[in-house]
Amino acid sequence: MNRLEQLFIAKPREVLNIYYTAGFPKLEDTLPILQVIQDSGADLAEVGIPFSDPVVDGDTIQKANHQALLNGMNVGLLFDQLKNMRETINIPVILMGDINPVLQFGVEKFCEKCQQVGVDGLILPNLPMDEYLQDFKSIFEKYGLFNIFLITPQTSEERIRKIDKNSNGFIYMVSSASTTGSTQGVTKEMLDYFKRINELDLKNPRLIGFGIKDHESFMQASHYANGAIIGSAFIRAIEDADQPAASGMKFLKEVIQ
Amino acid sequence: MVNLENSAFAVSEKGYYGNYGGAWIPEMLYPNVEELRQNYLQIIYQAEFQEEFNLLLRDYVGRPTPLYFANRLSEKYNTNIYLKREDLCHTGAHKVNNTIGQILLAKRLGKNKIVAETGAGQHGVATATVCALMGIECIVYMGEVDIERQAPNVARMKMLGAEVRPAKSGSRTLKDATNEAMRHWINNPVDTHYIIGSVVGPHPYPDMVARFQSVISEEIRKQMFEHIGTELPDYVIACVGGGSNAAGTYFHYLDEPDVKIIAAEAAGHGVKTDKSAATTFLGKPGVLHGSKSLLMQTYDGQVIEPHSISAGLDYPGIGPLHAHLWESGRAQFLAITDDEAMQAGMNLAKLEGIIPAIESSHALAALDYLDLRNNETVVISLSGRGDKDLSTYMKYL
Repeated sequence: MNRLEQLFIAKPREVLNIYYTAGFPKLEDTLPILQVIQDSGADLAEVGIPFSDPVVDGDTIQKANHQALLNGMNVGLLFDQLKNMRETINIPVILMGDINPVLQFGVEKFCEKCQQVGVDGLILPNLPMDEYLQDFKSIFEKYGLFNIFLITPQTSEERIRKIDKNSNGFIYMVSSASTTGSTQGVTKEMLDYFKRINELDLKNPRLIGFGIKDHESFMQASHYANGAIIGSAFIRAIEDADQPAASGMKFLKEVIQ
Repeated sequence: MVNLENSAFAVSEKGYYGNYGGAWIPEMLYPNVEELRQNYLQIIYQAEFQEEFNLLLRDYVGRPTPLYFANRLSEKYNTNIYLKREDLCHTGAHKVNNTIGQILLAKRLGKNKIVAETGAGQHGVATATVCALMGIECIVYMGEVDIERQAPNVARMKMLGAEVRPAKSGSRTLKDATNEAMRHWINNPVDTHYIIGSVVGPHPYPDMVARFQSVISEEIRKQMFEHIGTELPDYVIACVGGGSNAAGTYFHYLDEPDVKIIAAEAAGHGVKTDKSAATTFLGKPGVLHGSKSLLMQTYDGQVIEPHSISAGLDYPGIGPLHAHLWESGRAQFLAITDDEAMQAGMNLAKLEGIIPAIESSHALAALDYLDLRNNETVVISLSGRGDKDLSTYMKYL
């Protein structure tokens, strides 16, 4: 059984998913940061594949992507770094990023590598559902990879139903119309949206991301979904730290309390 | 506007030209792009839309633009050269054909704010212009490098009431301005329409922009007939960055195999250097800004920062239609260096008294690569005027 599936059976509430960028702040930090995420008690991790033109990202993750690329990060190296991760990491691990580096690496080869190192799912925000169903789904399935789709406050109910039908693992609920790293916190508008989605009775678990930054917003999001995703706030906690691992741990402990 | 329903070069139902195109967008942009996809054809072919569009093209833009027989230039190349004078459009370039169309569309979609990207500033000015005309709020993203090298256009946009926001990431040019405009649209999905300036971006943008620009070749056909009694020249030539003036210039000739299609790309310092923007020479298939096309990128799929002396051609990709024209062999692509373009621009000024935009100078420089006969006819799209480029030209005087 896929680790994502196991996770949501074992722990349907207050699931905490942490995003970070591979090869950041230092090239060799990929695995140590992943270890910190697991050790803190977070439930799963999203490892970001850096891209030169990350259109869905705000300043914080843009900068992290840029730095990771300057550090020399690339897809091949990422798989090398994660090669033995399953010796120490048992939480589900997802790779997230732009579709282009995946296309250049080769979709099948990419998925095969994911399976070899023990990746459980993929979030490729600019892989459209139609293209996924036509050309990617069978390959993802062959290598046991879950594909996670996004929904936003503007996604129609009809489309949410279609996404729910074609998703596995969980649905990534983007909290508001924004790029990543919005600091506005959870607004009344968001709560209305969370409630609306909650009432749709979807088959997939849901994690809320974008704008989730601390214990309070994590708990609010968890009240309406199965949990939440923190990205930019975690990056901010480690980006300038002398000891990113220790600093990341401190941040996560405060979120989880 | 004529449909190309049965053409091998028409966009498919899914937004593809051959292997290129599609709508590779994040879910945040899906509702807007889907709304556009479902409505654009129906709206732009309404009689009432066409009437308003055509009236504005005539009375506001100044269409039809002349097709000018360039006598002295023709003598130099021992052939018959006609210049399609898009530089005489209001705002000084072809870009306004598209912005008029899109602003009318945006109004009908109930959008009351506009965002746009710009490279040379021509599309930004054309967008700011139609926003002023319609009384709609306008934000234009422009790379910091371009803000510096295209200062007159920045001033024009501001005077027209637009807010110009600098794109400070990456190479700080057109690619980065496009990233920022897309991010802006993600953050403002309900009330804002994104006026993309070229035949790039997710479907239906490449097709929609090509249709709005197709007025260029619609006019060329009529005007060629008036000049020489046939609608078909031997060559049509245009510069290609993203490729909007090229798409418009080629559009009604795509299915005329006797008309050779020439695309002039910006080679920068040369395709063998690391300072170039000649995508068909240096790119391979990839996804950027919502479509699959040819893209200048590293082996690992990171976008390479391009270089061209011309801000409007300084883009690492190319519209999916053009990628298909390249792959199918329908168009011949040439890589024109900065120096070749500048010489061609100087040459036109001295021979014909016309100062072209540096973008258009790339198309003029293509003449040196063609084996032209004295009984052949060549149409070159003079996509814009060179006033904005005087500070660059001055260095070559």
